Amino acid sequence: MKRKIIFADFFRTNGVLMGSILIALVGFWLVFLVILPQISMLDYSFRFNLPPAQQGGPRDVYTLSNYQHLLYGSDATHQTYNTIDLMVFLRTIVAAILVTIFDMILCYPLAYFLGQSRGSGFVRLLVVLLIIPYWINEILRAFALRIIFGDAGMINEVLMFLHLTREPIDFIRQDVALYAGLGYAYILLMLFPMYNVIESLDRNQIEAARDMGASWPRIHRRIVIPHAKPGIASGCTMVFMLSAGALAAPQILGGPSSLWFTQLVYQWFNNSLNWQQGAAYAIVLLVSTIIIVLTFMRIFKVSMGDIGK
Amino acid sequence: MGSGVAVNLENVWIKFGDFVAVRDANVSINGGDFFSFLGPSGCGKTTILRAVSGFLSPSQGRVLIGGKDMAGIGPNRRPTALIFQNLALFPLMKVWENITFSMEVKGASAAERRKRADELLDMIALGGQGDKLPSELSGGQKQRVAIARALCASPDVLLLDEPLSALDLKLRQHMRTELRAIQQRVGITFIYITHDQGEALTMSDNVAVMKAGVIDQIGTGRDVYDLPSTAFVASFVGENNMFRGKILRIDGDSAQVDVAGIGPLVGRISPAASAQLDAGDEAMIFIRPEALAPGEGEAGRTLNATVVNEEFEGNAFTVYLDAGGNAEIRMSLANTGQHRIAERGSRMALHFPAGKAVVVPVGELASE
Ligand SMILES: Nc1ncnc2c1ncn2[C@@H]1O[C@H](COP(=O)(O)OP(=O)(O)OP(=O)(O)O)[C@@H](O)[C@H]1O
Ligand SMILES: [Mg+2]
Repeated sequence: MKRKIIFADFFRTNGVLMGSILIALVGFWLVFLVILPQISMLDYSFRFNLPPAQQGGPRDVYTLSNYQHLLYGSDATHQTYNTIDLMVFLRTIVAAILVTIFDMILCYPLAYFLGQSRGSGFVRLLVVLLIIPYWINEILRAFALRIIFGDAGMINEVLMFLHLTREPIDFIRQDVALYAGLGYAYILLMLFPMYNVIESLDRNQIEAARDMGASWPRIHRRIVIPHAKPGIASGCTMVFMLSAGALAAPQILGGPSSLWFTQLVYQWFNNSLNWQQGAAYAIVLLVSTIIIVLTFMRIFKVSMGDIGK
Repeated sequence: MGSGVAVNLENVWIKFGDFVAVRDANVSINGGDFFSFLGPSGCGKTTILRAVSGFLSPSQGRVLIGGKDMAGIGPNRRPTALIFQNLALFPLMKVWENITFSMEVKGASAAERRKRADELLDMIALGGQGDKLPSELSGGQKQRVAIARALCASPDVLLLDEPLSALDLKLRQHMRTELRAIQQRVGITFIYITHDQGEALTMSDNVAVMKAGVIDQIGTGRDVYDLPSTAFVASFVGENNMFRGKILRIDGDSAQVDVAGIGPLVGRISPAASAQLDAGDEAMIFIRPEALAPGEGEAGRTLNATVVNEEFEGNAFTVYLDAGGNAEIRMSLANTGQHRIAERGSRMALHFPAGKAVVVPVGELASE
């Protein structure tokens, strides 16, 4: 009933022709860019990797073997676990969560400062300055970080100049560069949703709380953070999803011994030419991140509608 | 009265850069008084209130609350509670949490807070509505919640920044009475800000009238209305007819002003202005529309004018007249069942009682 009324309104405001075109475009987007690719990936993930001659033949049946491979590796008896891949998976998820938390802690004060000193030209300039680095390609930015964190990079130079260290620190192998790169790659996606909600907070509410004797920590806990929660949630969701699914930063900044889960997926597709296996890994990553996001939303009582704001 | 906490401003200047928002304000507010700051938009009322509540500190001068200098004491440590122009209720907290926020800050238990909230809700006639969100209340109810929230902190001084401006006329009138009643019940000092002179006159013990950062007059509502000290106060508070002329003679507290095109008019010199006026000076003389009545009066209290228009306003008629000078004259007559006062275009004599015309130095008028 309700849906029908919404559609009627939609046609009334846009006209029948324009309305139909808009719906067709949205439909095209959903079907061809979202649903079909995912369905074909899903389909792939349940098939064997067969030579072209056998595809569609009697051996081309659905199977769980690609998923089992993630759990048990090539051990057909399922006695031992595929610890290498599972650890990579776990590490990717934990690291993405840590990167998200790091970005959140870093962005909150910044967003508060930007959002509450509204209207001043200086703040606008700051925001533009924050955006400009993002006009540069993600891969170039990652390489720039690699240079900065390298053995002869700026950071090591400075540390050695200050005699804080005698030997250059291997930031790459220690994964410091990777975390810094991931944190930096998506930090604006955390900052802007937070900035937007905090900017919309009425300054008088903060002053009212202050007038009633509240300390700054309490004002943030009771007034600012509850107000900013939807923005924080949407920032965290984006940073987490994108970090967990990042490929460029781990490829370029990751240490030689530590793989990101997306690199495994990439290897299945590209090096092993086993798309079926790659698809299964990709689906596992997608579903897990969605479940994690939904769980956190449940814990922090954020609804889907808030995120879209 | 007299038991509450007094508030004093001593030579307070407040500057924003080069801009002087408040110029040498000297105000003493008695404990337990309902004191209003009245003035047009942008004259510095909110700025003064923020200096009292501690959100900004004066560039010069002192703010004293209960005789104590407040310099260096932040808003969270002053015995004041501020009700904001837009109320600033916390939209994500329930009504009862809003009301008892000041107790939460001090670490009171939920049960204690709930109990106090229920008492205050009863006082503002919103019993049983504590679990609603502010967005589920009407404008007047939100208003009362804001008052309860401010009172919950048991402040010595309640500061109200045009809290009724968002309400419609009926509700505003109702809330005026209610505010006044609450003030008399709790007996604490209220400092009230408004640009609505009706509000200031009905509620306050004392009123300060402000113009562009300067306090022109402080007095009771009657003083300010009957004996304005400047042209600005005379024209800002209520309706007034202004005539300009030269002082012919000063006789005790009355002055004879020669108004071009009308003749000499006799008025009382505003007490605050008596030192500034001498015979031969230019001056302004103000007569309230309701002080005028048809008919000849004594010499110096009569003027002749041509009727331009007449408006019926239910309880009163307003007659617009032209006295030949530049000033249009308004006369307000109570509706006592009489018929039309006069034909348009006819000449008529008007008079006013002794003491009902006020003479002040020439000054800027309120622009309205
Ligand atoms: N933080 C500030 N920086 C610069 N100028 C300010 C600041 N706050 C207020 N002013 C100026 O001081 C003057 C007085 O402002 P204030 O807010 O006290 O006016 P008001 O009398 O409360 O007006 P209204 O009735 O519209 O609320 C205004 O001209 C305003 O522009
Ligand atoms: Mg104001």
